[in-house]
Amino acid sequence: MYPPKFDYYRANSIDEAFALMGQLGDAKLLAGGHSLIPALKLRLAAPSALIDIGRIGELKGISRNGSTATIGALTTHATVAAASDLPAALTEAAGWIGDPQVRNRGTVGGNIAHADPASDLPTVLTALGATMNMRGLNGARSVSADDFFIDLFMTALGEDEILTSVDVPVDGAGTAYAKLFNPASRYAIVGVAAKVSVSGGQCTSARVALGGLTPSAVRAPSVEAALVGKALTADNIAAAAAQVGGDLDDVMGDIHASEEYRRAMAPIYVQRAVSKAAERAG
Amino acid sequence: MSNKYIGESIKRVEDPRFIQGKGKYVANLSIPGMLHAAIKRSPYAHAVIKGIDTSKAEAMEGVVAVYVGQQMKDDGIGSLPCGFNPPDIKTAPHMPLAVDKVRHVGDGVAVVIAESPYIAYDALDLIDVQYEPLSAVIDPKKAAQPGAPQVHDEIPNNVSFHWPLGTREEINAVLASADKVIELDLVNQRLVPNAMEPRACVAQWDAFSDEMTIWTTSQNPHIIRLLLSLATMGLPENKLRVISPDVGGGFGSKIFHYAEEVIVPWASKQLGRPVKWVSTRSEAFVTDAHGRDHVTTAKLALKNDGTFLGLDVTTYANMGAYLSTFAPMIPTALYITLFSGLYKLPVIFGEAYGTMTHTVPVDAYRGAGRPEASYMLERLVDLAARELDMDPIELRRKNFIQPDEFPYQTPVAMIYDSGDYPKLFDSLEALGDYAGLKAKRDAARAEGRLVGIGISGCIEASGPAPSQVAVGLGAGVGLWESGVIRVHPTGKVSVMTGSHTHGQGHETAFAQIVADELGIPMEDVEIIHGDTGRTPFGLGTYGSRSASVGGTALAVSAGKVRDKMLKIAAHQLEVDVEDMVFDRTTGTMHVKGSPEQSKSFVDISVAALMANNLPEGVEPGLEETTFYDPSNFTFPNSAHIALIEIDRDTGQVSLLEYAAVDDVGKVINPMIVEGQLVGGIAQGVGQALWENCVYDEQGQLLSGSFMDYAMPRADGFPMLKVSRNETPSPTNPLGVKGAGEMGTIAATITVANGVMDALAPLGIRHIDIPHTPQRIWQAIQAQSNGH
Amino acid sequence: MQSITLTVNGKSYTRDVEPRMLLVDFIRNALGLTGTNIACDTSQCGACTIHMDGMAVKSCTVLAVQADGADITTIEGLATNGHLHPMQQAFWDQHGLQCGYCTPGMIMAAAKLVENNPGITEAEIRHGLEGNLCRCTGYQNIVKAVAQAAAAGS
Repeated sequence: MYPPKFDYYRANSIDEAFALMGQLGDAKLLAGGHSLIPALKLRLAAPSALIDIGRIGELKGISRNGSTATIGALTTHATVAAASDLPAALTEAAGWIGDPQVRNRGTVGGNIAHADPASDLPTVLTALGATMNMRGLNGARSVSADDFFIDLFMTALGEDEILTSVDVPVDGAGTAYAKLFNPASRYAIVGVAAKVSVSGGQCTSARVALGGLTPSAVRAPSVEAALVGKALTADNIAAAAAQVGGDLDDVMGDIHASEEYRRAMAPIYVQRAVSKAAERAG
Repeated sequence: MSNKYIGESIKRVEDPRFIQGKGKYVANLSIPGMLHAAIKRSPYAHAVIKGIDTSKAEAMEGVVAVYVGQQMKDDGIGSLPCGFNPPDIKTAPHMPLAVDKVRHVGDGVAVVIAESPYIAYDALDLIDVQYEPLSAVIDPKKAAQPGAPQVHDEIPNNVSFHWPLGTREEINAVLASADKVIELDLVNQRLVPNAMEPRACVAQWDAFSDEMTIWTTSQNPHIIRLLLSLATMGLPENKLRVISPDVGGGFGSKIFHYAEEVIVPWASKQLGRPVKWVSTRSEAFVTDAHGRDHVTTAKLALKNDGTFLGLDVTTYANMGAYLSTFAPMIPTALYITLFSGLYKLPVIFGEAYGTMTHTVPVDAYRGAGRPEASYMLERLVDLAARELDMDPIELRRKNFIQPDEFPYQTPVAMIYDSGDYPKLFDSLEALGDYAGLKAKRDAARAEGRLVGIGISGCIEASGPAPSQVAVGLGAGVGLWESGVIRVHPTGKVSVMTGSHTHGQGHETAFAQIVADELGIPMEDVEIIHGDTGRTPFGLGTYGSRSASVGGTALAVSAGKVRDKMLKIAAHQLEVDVEDMVFDRTTGTMHVKGSPEQSKSFVDISVAALMANNLPEGVEPGLEETTFYDPSNFTFPNSAHIALIEIDRDTGQVSLLEYAAVDDVGKVINPMIVEGQLVGGIAQGVGQALWENCVYDEQGQLLSGSFMDYAMPRADGFPMLKVSRNETPSPTNPLGVKGAGEMGTIAATITVANGVMDALAPLGIRHIDIPHTPQRIWQAIQAQSNGH
Repeated sequence: MQSITLTVNGKSYTRDVEPRMLLVDFIRNALGLTGTNIACDTSQCGACTIHMDGMAVKSCTVLAVQADGADITTIEGLATNGHLHPMQQAFWDQHGLQCGYCTPGMIMAAAKLVENNPGITEAEIRHGLEGNLCRCTGYQNIVKAVAQAAAAGS
């Protein structure tokens, strides 16, 4: 398949990108292109211009400041998957995106700005309590993952903004990602990320997020509430996981997994993710 | 008779070009001045075409022409034919571009010819087609019910044919008097072949010589040329050259004569320029003929001791929107005739209804009818074993045709050539460690895990076909094969075969045959195929026929070459030809008992050129042709076993172990045969666990890309153990049987039986394939909820 | 049109391309290197895998303009001085191909997979090939070939 015609501009800095965005009406940002180019090929998108931000050095790489890791928007999934000092849930999930070739080109920023409901990173970043950093002509702002993913392919990122980086807390909590793969696309039918802290044998904090089920990644507050204050025994985790149904509205269905099946899998994968996170919380 | 090459795992001679990116695929062809075609396709499953406005597309820069179906029809282009027509079949026209109505999503309505494929695709968006959508029918059984939307006026009630074998009265009597009748309703789901190379076609019209050359991704270029001449293009065959160069996999889907093979050459003739069309994968999903899609009711009658008494099967076979080239053959002559399996099954009644629906045409896909037969029969046998509380292998053994009963006439027309089924299963029990698997399963079950053993024993009729049988059943061509051996004066040999390789390794295996038959080095033998301009008429490659039919044609030609060379050598050595020996290890000819009185292969090659000292009545030159028509099919057979585990919580299936013993007769190249078996098994596992072509009720294809159609991947398999149990086929001098499809035929049912065995402790009797996690989970839920 | 300069198999090329031109089409049509195949529209099959700046990438999901300045190796450039790359040799030795269509992409992906991992396990190989589809071989001989090449230190 062949993309439709578009004009192409390369931005060598964020400022250049903003300048181009200002000049061009209906332009799209091109990072790794692994969400956008497939859409162009199938002619599901037809922007008049692309602004290639793929070479902007300041958007690449992972840095650490205290207990916060900052991941540049152009960092590839392969780089994240191979990082040694990021939460396990994140490296695990990054390593399960697509395939090695896709991970070599696909970027964290592109992935989350696209906000495919079956994508892995929105789920993980939501559970980790990550913060999305973006810049616009009017300056910079940050939005928590909880508020960033709004709906199917919809985020808080403005038309005139660029996602620059993601801040991920690295605080020693146990984290894990559990995924039921779509056998064809390898996206998540159900993806669950969990982050738990344990002190004195009891769970002191818990964040659990699910993707693949609903139009955008969602937290599971009932599960989280049921975990906090409890010992993370198998029974307690199972009991908490069983609460997840109440946290899920608008569960989707398709030829691979009906709404009923997805709902049934949710507690199982919550249980798997939380159990593993609990082990890692040690 | 010693062989230097036959029976050896010779590394493939075709591989150096493939591993270096030098494959000669149609999509790689570029001709100066070449234009590019793109086809506007229907988004509706069923609609009246009210009008097509191509003006905007035609006005686009870089667009050379836009054509619609009516223009082709007005120019005399004919309907794509069905080449297998059983008695009383009802057919309907299938125009390369739809004229009045579209009948499946993907049906072509117009073609753009442009300077680049990018422009051609841009122009598609500017073609305005007005449709009046109509309701559609998708299911092959529902299609035959009163009130179903009609696909063609010419085919009332959507039933194209009804093909019974046996008598209803006889089977009814058996069913009525049997101790037990095992009944099963099943669906053999629709599959998309998905050869990795999408179809492609390039055509070049030469107005100077009035000749058309067509490069196409075909398994059988001569059949395509014949149909182009006879039915669609109407050009004389001698003015048509069809070339199938390297073809990237077929699995049946590249047998058929497709619309693009008419549209592209026709456009080239209109414009006087070469035209190229390359399918996208998205198009492949909605235009390549699909496979399987049967809805079946089956009954197995047996005695309490497990003796089989009779089989009664009714199948509704989905033909799709049009009858593809060999479509009616699949659920009839290649399906019902295999219902006896490995067993003595005294009474069989089978019938198939071929019905039209608003879906992509369905035709042969790896196995073609035989996987459907094996799946049905071997599911019934497993259910019978469970009901009788017998070991499934014991029940099979009890009913086997015995080694001393060959040739064996089944009640469904076939005469099996050879086999030793008890030994086959002995080998399987050893290779797969049946006792060990049972211990593993039982231990796992004791822990509450869902683990099962899948077993199957399957038969295949390969190597189509005796032409008399094929034509008698309705085929429009005999199914023989050609083989030419041309010995050059230097002793090098060119071999022309009507068979075609698209992964099977003919360039290696056929060279092994010819080199051994002539006693010359393999390096001196070149295999030429896939070009109607360079090879005699041949029928091509499908139905696991290449070795047994095409290979035999070459072996027979080699024998003729040897005979002629011996005559010349005898004449020059001044002895009687009866006193001569052809040494097949060296290619020399010598006097019996006097090896020093000899002529080399090259000596005689030169002698045939010089022609100054030939025996009387012997012509110069060394070239022999054989058109070999087999006397029977060959009957590969198999015993496979698998160990399966199911995740009780999610329904996910893991294939833990797999072992297979196949009888594919004598083997020319064990490495290649093992590759065919393993690859075939993977494809069969794909049907059991992952692959599913799904339409919605409106006829929209929901699994129209690799994002939704789950292909087997490397991580879905353990290392498969494969072994062979050779019983040479007496049907051909090489003793070979087909090897290309046995793995696929056997693997689907093996894995499916394993899944059902794993679920047996829960009381689940049957789940249709593919055994996806969701389906298994639903069955477990239904069982635990007492449904 | 956009002017791009890139190195393919050690040779530098400068060409004008339409911005929408896919890298795979550029390689196949503009440069005539048809060993890199196309087998899907959805970045799934891996037939078009090449090496770009040292990494295996799917050239159907890269625009030619994005590859401006890149150093690219295709299947045609994998052998050196007439010697097959160990991965090519292994695919031949192990009968790791049948129709050959997925093979260039498979070899290119596999060559990167085993880089610096001579002891790669069967499970790692199977997982590492998740971006490449083959319809013929059932992957078994491909897995064996990759293991052979890894052991040979490719």
